[in-house]
Amino acid sequence: MLALIIAVIVIGAWPALSSHDSIAFITDKSWYPLEGQFGMLSMLLASVLVMIIAILLAAPIGIMCAIFIAYIAPARIQKGYRFAIALLAGMPSVVLGLWGLTVLVPLINKWSPPGQSLLLAGIVLCIMILPTVTLTSLAALKSLPATLQHAASALGIRQHVQIVNVLIPAASAAIISGVLLAMARALGETMVVLMVAGNVVQFPTGLLEPVRTLTANIALEMAYATDLHRASLFVSGLILTVLVLVMMLIASKIKSDNHYG
Amino acid sequence: MAERLFQAGIWCAALLVLMVLFWLVQGLLDQGLAKLSVDFLFSQPQNAGRDGGISSILVATLLILAVTLLVALPLGLASAVWLAEFTATHNFWARKVRLALDVMAGVPSIVFGLFGYAFFSLFLGMGFSILSGGLTLACMILPVFIRTCEIGLRSVNNSWRQGAAALGMPKIKAVWFILLPAALPAISAGLILGIGRATAETAALMFTSGYVDRMPGSVMDSGRALSVHIYDLSMNVTGGDAAAQASALILLMIIMVLNMLAYAITDLWLGRRVLNGFAN
Repeated sequence: MLALIIAVIVIGAWPALSSHDSIAFITDKSWYPLEGQFGMLSMLLASVLVMIIAILLAAPIGIMCAIFIAYIAPARIQKGYRFAIALLAGMPSVVLGLWGLTVLVPLINKWSPPGQSLLLAGIVLCIMILPTVTLTSLAALKSLPATLQHAASALGIRQHVQIVNVLIPAASAAIISGVLLAMARALGETMVVLMVAGNVVQFPTGLLEPVRTLTANIALEMAYATDLHRASLFVSGLILTVLVLVMMLIASKIKSDNHYG
Repeated sequence: MAERLFQAGIWCAALLVLMVLFWLVQGLLDQGLAKLSVDFLFSQPQNAGRDGGISSILVATLLILAVTLLVALPLGLASAVWLAEFTATHNFWARKVRLALDVMAGVPSIVFGLFGYAFFSLFLGMGFSILSGGLTLACMILPVFIRTCEIGLRSVNNSWRQGAAALGMPKIKAVWFILLPAALPAISAGLILGIGRATAETAALMFTSGYVDRMPGSVMDSGRALSVHIYDLSMNVTGGDAAAQASALILLMIIMVLNMLAYAITDLWLGRRVLNGFAN
């Protein structure tokens, strides 16, 4: 099944890979498919930047939420809060994109037009992947042996020092693999960036510049692309898949190597 | 002092997330609620979706989901039974299949869309149709579904298998009459979560089931799913925001109900397993 999917994508990409210099996907100046220019570097960079912004915001806040649920929250709040996070996790990405487009874009537009931008895409993506970080970190913290906490308490270590210096390091491998999974989700996400990133093909020069990511590019141009153009869209799909797979494999490796995983 | 500061920081982060969630829901309710009515659910979209309702969209969504289920359920169950009951845990092929499934679960949905477009729509000649959309979604949800079913089957108490074997039941009957019913809560929870994911999916459907918003006549017709409708209204139709938000509210409600069902079933099942543990 996986082999079939990869085979179909590779076959789709083949005309571009064979007839075009594959290095040209990086060296071509820009993306002008009608003139035979297929430089994907700007879009690849945009994809990676959006992902980095999202994870820089989501990782600390998400882990803090996990600590909140696991150790700080009173029992009654804890259950409701978990439900809220689960609700956020189930939020369809197209709804998040709609919210970003109708609520956040006008807000930023007043301050620095056009509003649709690299930063905004990162922020909305952050909201999307935050529950992933929180839920995986929470599972990691919960699976720690209780003796760890007991021993730390017996040594008279205060709670916040315990959390920061004992519990988080013990769960770090599982937390990092959760963060990697969230990064993979952010990189592969289409709808949110399609709706709020602005879709202008250019090298991102500032946080408030509109950009177009690889995923959004596929969604925008697949409908009318032909021949080499179509094949190069398949190439970008292939690049995305490989990037995501590498991250997933690293994540599962880190997790399986760890003692407390 | 440091203790206080730490706690305050954590509370702030937690409240921030909660506020974002409320802001999100409020933003949708703001414009969407006025548009929402029984009429909205049961009338056809008019004027590119600005007016009218979403009846044909709902029908198309349900048809796509039906196709997805019809394909994913038998295939998923069969694979899970094979992985859990008919191969050793460390069998070479089983390990490879498991790895492939885990990897597939992470493939971006837009890539599934590309695959569905190239394979189902063009290569198998189904065109833009509900059938190819449903098949693409089935490919997308299968990995997670198979793994949940496998875990469900594995956690059935081993004495049940031994009991069935002692009574001389053929293995296939034991699976059908004892193990599958015992694992049913896990299977249905996995299935409901899968349906939730499929309902929320947009990117994989844009090139497979298409954009046509007429009432679909058969599964070979193109049909527009609810999520695609939201996308189209907000991006390509000026003045479609209110209708888009009303549709988003409907989609959100469907997904919330599905998720709650899944959680309720899992809770029930976990409770039962604890009881079983005591009984044995």
